[in-house]
Amino acid sequence: MKLNRRSLLKLAAAAGTAGVAGAAATTRASVLSASKDARGVLVDTTLCVGCRGCEAACSEANALPDPEMPGDDAVFAARRTTSPTVFTVVQKGTLKSAAGDDRYAKTQCMHCVAPACASGCVVKALEKTPEGPVVYHTDRCLGCRYCMIVCPFGVPKYEYASAAPLVKKCTFCAERQKKGLAPACTEVCPSGALKFGRRADLLEEAKTRIYTKPGAYVHKIYGEDEAGGTSWLYISDVPFESLALPAGIEKKSYPELADGALSAVPFVITLWPPLLMGMYTFSKRRDEVAAQEGNGRQEEGHV
Amino acid sequence: MSEQALKPALFGGPWMRENLFFGMSFRAYARSLVTPANAIAAVILLAGIPTMIFRFWKGLGAATNLSQTNPWGIWVAFDVVCGVALAAGGYTVACAVTIFGQKAYRPILRPAILTGFLGYALVLFGLVVDLGQPWRLPYQFFLTPGTTAVMYEVGWCVFLYLMVLGLEFAPAALEWLGLVKVRRLLGSLTIGIIVLGVTLSTLHQSSLGAFFLMTPGKLHPLWYSPFLPIFFFVSSISAGIGMVIVESALSHRAFHDQLDPAAPVDLDKITLGLAKGGAVVLFAYFFIRLQGLVASGRFDLLATGWGAWYLLEILGFILLPSLLFAFAARRQSARLARVAGLLTVLGVVLNRFNVSLIAFNWNVADRYVPSPGEIVTSLTIVTIGVLIFRWIVNRMPVVHEHPDWRGAH
Repeated sequence: MKLNRRSLLKLAAAAGTAGVAGAAATTRASVLSASKDARGVLVDTTLCVGCRGCEAACSEANALPDPEMPGDDAVFAARRTTSPTVFTVVQKGTLKSAAGDDRYAKTQCMHCVAPACASGCVVKALEKTPEGPVVYHTDRCLGCRYCMIVCPFGVPKYEYASAAPLVKKCTFCAERQKKGLAPACTEVCPSGALKFGRRADLLEEAKTRIYTKPGAYVHKIYGEDEAGGTSWLYISDVPFESLALPAGIEKKSYPELADGALSAVPFVITLWPPLLMGMYTFSKRRDEVAAQEGNGRQEEGHV
Repeated sequence: MSEQALKPALFGGPWMRENLFFGMSFRAYARSLVTPANAIAAVILLAGIPTMIFRFWKGLGAATNLSQTNPWGIWVAFDVVCGVALAAGGYTVACAVTIFGQKAYRPILRPAILTGFLGYALVLFGLVVDLGQPWRLPYQFFLTPGTTAVMYEVGWCVFLYLMVLGLEFAPAALEWLGLVKVRRLLGSLTIGIIVLGVTLSTLHQSSLGAFFLMTPGKLHPLWYSPFLPIFFFVSSISAGIGMVIVESALSHRAFHDQLDPAAPVDLDKITLGLAKGGAVVLFAYFFIRLQGLVASGRFDLLATGWGAWYLLEILGFILLPSLLFAFAARRQSARLARVAGLLTVLGVVLNRFNVSLIAFNWNVADRYVPSPGEIVTSLTIVTIGVLIFRWIVNRMPVVHEHPDWRGAH
């Protein structure tokens, strides 16, 4: 490449501008780029029998209190939500399958590919790991609860009762995964409703199941592009809303929604001061001219 | 002026008595504090301070009505989100007077800056009360900065702007203390400080709106808009103008004895000048809110209850005060301009409440209503602000100029 002075200057100018704008862009990318090997779970709700073994395994793995009413199907009467001491709940669907079977779905943190909570966290207490889990650093969180404001699935829960409260949610068993183990819930699932693996592979798997059994599934993978995509993917033969999976979630990744506003910051920082200084110079000059003209008139008056 | 003459014996008895106790003995000064207004303030503080202690002792759950569905209450919506908007008078007037050279507004510059400074200090106070573990607030600056977060930018801006406001107000304190050299040095930095202040304000006033860009589906579609940062920025200017009009009218009455008879201030004329600005800014704001509605294409929602609430906000608290301002300027009615100013302030409060509380989680069954403790705490924070404002205005050259520093930067 021939490099003359002009192109060198151009390059320098571009580098300078990119440096300012890029500072924000590169840090964003580190949150957004999920590794190709990122893990996920495929939930096939047509296989789930509602045994709640996953709930018990979750409580044990995370040292939480035992799930309420173990082994009692009456627990499905009311819709339950996760809480600071319950990271996952199995919900009974409001609709039955075509064959009249009950349908169930386990809900927990979806571990978004580009999580709103992590990108909005001011102290990086929530972080997206390249392996898939959105992890929480208890020693960083200052308790602004913005993660709860932005999470489209209503996942993060807060320890309001504590004087030094923390956010609580499913960890995707990140510690177990580091040791090469599968998440506790997926390991214990007896019906094969939960399948742990590479998210990319699970997407293929989900599509294959839908295509090879026409009519057996709703033609959609929940989580493929909800909030820009989630690590947990669901397939079902009843509408997803009936399984307490929120409908109408924005398809764009959430951090993208705030990108425009954030990318304006370097422009305001670089353009506002010279613009304001320019206006100040104009107004000062105007005052000076006005003062001079005023003096001139006064002098004329004296004559 | 000789520096010797201006230098008081800072910690000496006579200076203290003259400058802190208005020349009275401590006993006489203490007795002069027994007034109905102070009695009300005392009742609020007596209820509020134990409430705050209770909140830190027993946690947020015991003191507030916050829930897993509604993690933000009035401590965020009012103390922080409204607080920042209502403190916008500082940068608005500073920009008009110093950058645009509108010298006519000089008499209201210092009260506006003081309101802004105390406003931001109280935003920080409110934030500390609301945060689960406020002692970790500094983490975002040096330990684990969340550089991708809108809040990271807001945090830096508010932190820096609080210092900028401190510097902008410092001349009044320095004149009062008679620290001539530092006062002169600060005077030479005025323009730079104010440019920095306007830039920081542009950034964080708009970014407060950007908080809610990641809440589609939770914030009602009539309020959710990709233009939220622009709405928040433009309305912060109108909030600044409205606050300055209301606050100057109130303090003109309350601090009448502080006014300088040698330099009479025509507050009506200033108010009418501000009214013109208010009319233009509010009309522009009204128009961009309409553009937001057109962009969302959700005209169907106007026919719902939420639509009526939305129309009340944009017609009753944006368009109406805009027209009232214009009418007041034309009729030369400062009284009407003050009514419009009050409507503007209420409109911005209504908007911030709508975005962060009322139209947020609109489709959820579990709605939030503040607990008595939350209301008392917010009231206490405002009361503390008013008391400090009064303490300062009664002592430092705020509503009048220091005789030695007339017309100085």
